Amino acid sequence: MQVRVQQAAFDPGVELAGFAVGRRDIGAIVSFTGVVRDTSGDLRHMMIEHYPGMTERAITGILDQAVARWSLADALVIHRFGALEPAAPIMMVATAAAHRAEAFAAADFLMDYLKSRAPFWKKEVTLSGAAWVAAKDADEAALDRW
Amino acid sequence: MNVMYFAWVRERIGVPQEKVQTKAATVADLVAELVAREDRYAAAFADISALRVAVDQELADFDALLAGVREVAFFPPMTGG
Repeated sequence: MQVRVQQAAFDPGVELAGFAVGRRDIGAIVSFTGVVRDTSGDLRHMMIEHYPGMTERAITGILDQAVARWSLADALVIHRFGALEPAAPIMMVATAAAHRAEAFAAADFLMDYLKSRAPFWKKEVTLSGAAWVAAKDADEAALDRW
Repeated sequence: MNVMYFAWVRERIGVPQEKVQTKAATVADLVAELVAREDRYAAAFADISALRVAVDQELADFDALLAGVREVAFFPPMTGG
């Protein structure tokens, strides 16, 4: 299991190629990559703030729940902070399990919880100004699925 | 006690963190003390239903007790992922 909170860019392909390598007990690997989307058409960058210390604790707690609930063989969470360019990967999760249902469900659970329970805040910096991204009610409601 | 602020809460208060001497029993009591200090705190805490709080780096409620606590953080709902 691995949790990385970093400013540096990462390559999802390289990360996935090195994930759960050689595990003979797994039949499924699922990954998700979140990317900086330019919703306004003039996004300069997405500024991501986080709470050092609590961020790692919160993600590790979420990951521990997923590993126990879906008997994951391995799991990876990477989340960046700082100023991110449009189209850059923000974060990724990868899960490895015996069967695909567990790997998909665990990745979906991780995404729902990372969105609303890991202490990150996004600010869109555009050519015309800057604004904090508001949390959506739907993201909070998504936690009820679990 | 170390009090931390993130995102627009940090921007309204003007500092990312500060040491606060307090005898507040709960988070809500601490908020009331800060609000009474200066307008910038009143602006940040105008609607606490729009805020979340962490006590010693764990999410908590505004009625959480502060005895023995070293760090309290205030921030808007999180937008990770």
